[in-house]
Amino acid sequence: MNDATDNRGPIIKFDKVVKRFGDHVVLDELDFEVQRGEKVTIIGPSGSGKSTVLRILMTLEEINGGVVYVGGEPLWHQRKGESLEPAGEQHLRQMRSHLGMVFQQFNLFPHMTVLRNLTEAPVQVLGVSKAEAKQRGMELLEMVGLTDQATKYPHQLSGGQQQRVGIARALAMRPKIMLFDEPTSALDPELVGEVLNVIRTLADEHDLTMLLVTHEMHFARQVSDRICFFDKGRIKEQGKPEEIFTAPKEERTKAFLKAVLDPDD
Amino acid sequence: MFFGIEWDTSSQWAFAVSIFPILLHGLVVTLQATVVGFFIALILGLVLAALKSAPTRFIRWPAKLVTEFIRDTPLLIQLFFLFYVLPEFGLTLPAFLTGALALGVQYSAYTSEVYRAGLEAVAKGQREAARALNLASARTFTHIILPQAIPRIIPALGNYLVSIMKDVPVLSVVTVLEMLGVAKIIGDRTGGYLIPLSMVGGLYLVMTIIASFGVRYLDTHLPKRGLSLK
Repeated sequence: MNDATDNRGPIIKFDKVVKRFGDHVVLDELDFEVQRGEKVTIIGPSGSGKSTVLRILMTLEEINGGVVYVGGEPLWHQRKGESLEPAGEQHLRQMRSHLGMVFQQFNLFPHMTVLRNLTEAPVQVLGVSKAEAKQRGMELLEMVGLTDQATKYPHQLSGGQQQRVGIARALAMRPKIMLFDEPTSALDPELVGEVLNVIRTLADEHDLTMLLVTHEMHFARQVSDRICFFDKGRIKEQGKPEEIFTAPKEERTKAFLKAVLDPDD
Repeated sequence: MFFGIEWDTSSQWAFAVSIFPILLHGLVVTLQATVVGFFIALILGLVLAALKSAPTRFIRWPAKLVTEFIRDTPLLIQLFFLFYVLPEFGLTLPAFLTGALALGVQYSAYTSEVYRAGLEAVAKGQREAARALNLASARTFTHIILPQAIPRIIPALGNYLVSIMKDVPVLSVVTVLEMLGVAKIIGDRTGGYLIPLSMVGGLYLVMTIIASFGVRYLDTHLPKRGLSLK
């Protein structure tokens, strides 16, 4: 089984992927690639399909056409000889283990302590011993600066702290690809910085592939290797942050950036 | 005389004291019917709830239809069906069991909704987070969804327990000697209805108050841990 350590080719590849919600086309034959270790930020107006890309990768949303590859392996399909068949749960579980996701609404388990949130899946899914999972959990809490909150319940934490736990929980499964779905959009403005700082630390890790959907343009510019501007289910324009933010080519990109960077004009 | 106990009609006070043990016999039957009926409602409701959330509509729709049918017809009709119609097809159940079964079936329609609502009230994001972490679906249900649903489900179930208790007198029409039926027979035989019926009302009030306190106690003392339900 391919374990996404295969170093040839992109780690994520969307090949003419179509996603529809009823009559509404969210992804319109999307072609999209991410290289190993690359930090990519997806920007664009709401409804442009940004989050859907992440949700498809996390297998929370099925696709209606095309093929998604993760580490060279089809995500939503299984190889059967030369052809591809819809994937079974076994295959999806295997593929999911390469990915971790951070949600806009945190989605921490409210009835579990912070530490238990970090140990539940490693113990149940990876078969790690409880002691080992706890030790690793505490290391992750240290990384996100929350060792003193280990025995608290999520509702006793601020939104920013909860999201840092959310990041630690995803990392506890040792994913090769981290997906951030608007991780600061539900936070009060004064709490955004602490979460971005944690993500910035992760961005320095060479091996970790990161895919980020955010409205924090300055942050995106700092941490990303590449910015993709989505519009109407396709990539309208992409390039290095400097290119996109200082010299966008497409009128649609210019209009969007002007709207989000100088909202008062 | 009833249940081998004589009543004393020398004074109203003596009458009340003498029939009290007779009513207690009826009270025991009332409580038994409540418990058995509630137990059936708990189990059958869970089955209905599971069927109503089945992946295929060929299971879902009949289950919804059955629930709707049960809920929209009077308890008394269901009771008569079980008591008078089933024997026509060769199935005769004891009166008590028939009554408890009717109560259980009737209330399973309600408890199934309680289960369903409780499970659905758990945020969608919880299932998504569990999926993203690759937790198995059984583990997700027992350790992520259920613990968050139970504190919502139990108080609502408790309220139905009280309702069932108050519906038990209906069973008297199929000869189950529960408390109200016993009181009516005492009235029939002595010509005095005021005292036995008042006593039944009073006993019901006491039981309902105790049960309500129990439900409220559960509501506040259930281990909710991190859950804020308000």
